[in-house]
Amino acid sequence: MIEGSNMAECHPVGFQWVVEAKERGAKVIHVDPRFTRTSAIADLHVPIRAGTDIAFLGGIVNYIIENERYFFEYVTRYTNASTLIDEEFRDTEDLDGLFSGWNEEEGTYDGTSWQYEGMESFAAAGKREAGAMVGQQAHGAHGGELDNGEPPRVDHSLQDPRCVFQILKRHFQRYTPEAVERICGIPRETFLEVADSLCENSGRERTSAFVYSVGWTQHTVGVQYIRTASIIQLLLGNIGRPGGGIMALRGHASIQGSTDIPTLFDILPGYLPMPHSRAYQDLAEYIEKNSAPTGYWGHAREYMVSLLKAYWGDAATEENDYGFDWIPRLTGDHSIYPTVMGMFEGKCRGMFLYGENPAVGSSNSRLHRLAMANLEWLVVRDFQEIESASFWKEGPEIESGELVTEDIGTEVFFLPAAAHTEKAGTFTNTQRLLQWRHKAVEPPEDCRSDLWFTFHLGRLIREKLSSSRLKRDRPIKALTWDYPTEAPHDEPDPEMVLREISGFDSDFNQVSGYTDLEGDGSTACGCWIYSGCYADGVNQPARRKPGHEQTWVAPEWGWAWPMNRRIIYNRASADPEGKPWSERKRYVWWDEEEEGWTGHDVPDFSDKKPPDYIPDEDAKAEMALRGDEPFIVQADGRGWLFAPAGLVDGPLPTHYEPHESPFPNALYPEQPANPARQVYERPENESNPSSGAPGADVFPYVTTTYRLTEHHTAGGMSRALPYLAELQPEFFCEVSPELAAERNLEHGEWATIVTMRTAIEARVMVTERIKPLRFDDRIVHQVGLPYHWGYGGASKGDSANDVYTIVLDPNVQIQEVKAASCDIIPGRRPRGSALPEFVETYRERARAGNGGGS
Amino acid sequence: MSPATLLETPAWPDSYGDEAKPRVGFFTDTSVCIGCKACEVACKEWNQIPEDPQGYTGTSYDNSAELGANRWRHVAFIEQRVEVNGVEGSAPDSWVQEAQRQQLVDQGVETQEDDAGFRWLMSSDVCKHCTEAACLDVCPTGSLFRTEFGTVVVQEDICNGCGYCVVACPFGVLDQRKGDGRVWKCTLCYDRLQDDMEPACAHACPTDSIQFGELDELRERAEQRVEKLHERGISEARLYGHDTDDGVGGFGAFFLLLDEPETYRLPPDPVVTTRHLGENWKHAGVAALALAGAVVGAFLGGRR
Repeated sequence: MIEGSNMAECHPVGFQWVVEAKERGAKVIHVDPRFTRTSAIADLHVPIRAGTDIAFLGGIVNYIIENERYFFEYVTRYTNASTLIDEEFRDTEDLDGLFSGWNEEEGTYDGTSWQYEGMESFAAAGKREAGAMVGQQAHGAHGGELDNGEPPRVDHSLQDPRCVFQILKRHFQRYTPEAVERICGIPRETFLEVADSLCENSGRERTSAFVYSVGWTQHTVGVQYIRTASIIQLLLGNIGRPGGGIMALRGHASIQGSTDIPTLFDILPGYLPMPHSRAYQDLAEYIEKNSAPTGYWGHAREYMVSLLKAYWGDAATEENDYGFDWIPRLTGDHSIYPTVMGMFEGKCRGMFLYGENPAVGSSNSRLHRLAMANLEWLVVRDFQEIESASFWKEGPEIESGELVTEDIGTEVFFLPAAAHTEKAGTFTNTQRLLQWRHKAVEPPEDCRSDLWFTFHLGRLIREKLSSSRLKRDRPIKALTWDYPTEAPHDEPDPEMVLREISGFDSDFNQVSGYTDLEGDGSTACGCWIYSGCYADGVNQPARRKPGHEQTWVAPEWGWAWPMNRRIIYNRASADPEGKPWSERKRYVWWDEEEEGWTGHDVPDFSDKKPPDYIPDEDAKAEMALRGDEPFIVQADGRGWLFAPAGLVDGPLPTHYEPHESPFPNALYPEQPANPARQVYERPENESNPSSGAPGADVFPYVTTTYRLTEHHTAGGMSRALPYLAELQPEFFCEVSPELAAERNLEHGEWATIVTMRTAIEARVMVTERIKPLRFDDRIVHQVGLPYHWGYGGASKGDSANDVYTIVLDPNVQIQEVKAASCDIIPGRRPRGSALPEFVETYRERARAGNGGGS
Repeated sequence: MSPATLLETPAWPDSYGDEAKPRVGFFTDTSVCIGCKACEVACKEWNQIPEDPQGYTGTSYDNSAELGANRWRHVAFIEQRVEVNGVEGSAPDSWVQEAQRQQLVDQGVETQEDDAGFRWLMSSDVCKHCTEAACLDVCPTGSLFRTEFGTVVVQEDICNGCGYCVVACPFGVLDQRKGDGRVWKCTLCYDRLQDDMEPACAHACPTDSIQFGELDELRERAEQRVEKLHERGISEARLYGHDTDDGVGGFGAFFLLLDEPETYRLPPDPVVTTRHLGENWKHAGVAALALAGAVVGAFLGGRR
């Protein structure tokens, strides 16, 4: 099931395995607003209205429950289906689209009533502030304080109205095939074929997998899309088993790696939370709040202290809390979008861009160009002068007169970057597999790797601070920053960085994995989940034993975190007694004779903990979980159908319309869009009127962005290359023949796409690959916009992202560019100052609530 | 080399004697092509072919138009509706009109709620390396030759740009490069073959739509593939260029298609244009003799 992903086009190399699976009998279903190159190969393509996936997936949840197609033993033993929820909890079905705990004034939830019944609620430090989840384990990695890992109250018969199973059943009972048809535009026969295919292909003997990508994440309810798929996969018993799971295909190589060792503001390596300025007094309190007495987060101290030792080495001592106070503190939402908007007010004065082109690639890219013009300095490291480095002299706002080059004070430093073939290091892919790549050639001229740049920048800063006695400079001065460098360019040795990430003891002996880490400062480890990737002094990700020389799991190809496990939670591949669910799906099992777990993969369980193990009262961490509880990172060892913690917009997924939608919310008319979404109303970011509000009919069409095989994201890696540029030489929009007829759009000619932000022009591709869908008695027309283009390079065009708004998912601050509203008219857009004037006419009509008869 | 002798060409293997290598070629299985165009790009990279921007063509996702001197692999995209509601597969230009007509008829737009009858075919085209290659027959300089691998290659340092091969090719593969005048086409990566490497396009293809190998082995594999697809109910699957009795004696680079060749803009029944050359010469000879006879007769008669 490929949904929210155009795998054949965006991940063509990985797609070879889908083709192979299909050749071996797998049925491939593609659910997508457009008929893409993925649909062309799939057994079934299901067109869906962009932004309605929760209604569709929720329909499947309802189908599974109503028709009792769930994997009963898996659900009752391995998920939290039987757990009773706090009696204060109220569902969206009770409160017209809101969960209990809604604070209208702050626009946020208090999740206290979402807890397991009888549990102590989270401390105030766990609440989010200024739109960001701060403090306590933001990722919901544990469920709070549970005695012996057991929720206080359960009903194994699943009959109690307050148990998770019954709540789930009630929550999704209106997500019927008829509702799916109405909301998503998918005929009920097609929906039933998909639901039945999934159920048919799940259970003891078979497993089904989901593949998603940014088609799911880039929504104001993106996290809940994925949660809905998780619920389906848990109900069908498709997690922790071979052939199951949910694959998140990433937008770039190593995006997985850049969350594991994060480029994100609110987490530290290994998903340890970034401390907030007001949250913790000291390390002890941080550990107390972020560890769980049960499950693997019981070792949070070992992970955190080892990280601090990796940062500061000998300078991190027990006396100074291992440098805990040197970690910068969050003071609010420091995610990229609020930070960029802060440039207008001078809150952010300088920026480094490493392989990022916000002037084209970020939602409301026009706002980004305007904002960056307020910077004092900007460092761009890329292959060529991308739009984010040239906006101050060549951007569309110069042409329109909204920016004047002479008035922009931003000092731009452009530094050429080395390509992946010109530097060594790892890529971490979606299945958590680290693969080492070797340097093929030296980078030309002044091109250098990001590692080189960052290392030498740090070195120079430290030199400048060497005589400083200021307290604030101490963390930088105390850093371990001594990687050996290699000729000819003084490139730091990336293997030494990998060693540090993997971890070592006080004698610099490599640790074998995170179970070796200590909380007393005797070990250092840059990222606990990667611990062991340099075990035995061997670069484990560089292993390349061919598949035919090892088992089908191929454990000696690269290295997967944690501990080289290829499937996490694989204890769930065996039944509660430790036997494989079926011979066909045998993966990890309990060996009676050896009295240990064994199998094709590294068991994701304590080796010697038998299936019938019951913890003592004083058992700690993973040993506080029973022998039949596979989800060892959760405090209750269960897969969460209902998420009592970790999400800021509700414990269950709920259908909301996109922030900008031409349609009302058919299930919860009172709550058109996710109430907890982060909206930023400012002149450059005005929203389209939506969901039946006055003026919504000014923007009657649904629009979505996407990528093409021929280009890479914002184009920095492809638009300047002639061989790629000629394959997709210009920005175009895709519309159905019906919409073309309705709007007099001519194939191959020009169209202008308009929102409250601006107007862009694109060549018209009239194609039956875009289907009109039905919503009640209305027709849904969708406008497809590939987003690769900008004014620079060999393949040029307006930037699709210019017309989208900055509105974010409240859990992860990702933009909604996969579903919005727009208008489309024939012809090219106005030039010069006529462009803002033209857009202003739309704004006035929309503000006046006048659709103008469109 | 026994089964391969079925595919014996006029100049291979005999003229190479002991140096002959097994005949190699491509089997392009379009049923697994995902239209990524990696073959086009890999070919251009390896062979250092000039860029050739055509601009936005509006022909589905195909902006490189066709095979030519500057494009030795070309991926065609065919999106069409087939036999649904009496509307036959129509060209993009007519879709708008068709939609307008339907809207008028229906007083509103009928939704197409599934993809019944809609398809998007992709296929990577290349020089066929014919068993009986007309381009070879007509080349006056010997620039075009049959290699020890049984493939057909142009030697750019010998080509004089006469263009005879361009009109001789029944597929329109051969093409003169503008500003250069010489003819360029797929070499089946002759240089790579000599180093035991597969051609760049096959190497780059992620789904194995382009398979490289010894021709007899590829032919066997292709037959099994068609059988498998037929078993799965894909009765339209067929091989193109596999038949050694066709007009060019079978292709060295043949295809599995999911419809008639015309659908992919390929000639349904290609014939080597020099097939009748011998006969033509014979006819010409007879005519010349007759003419000579007449002239002689006239002369003799004159003497009478």
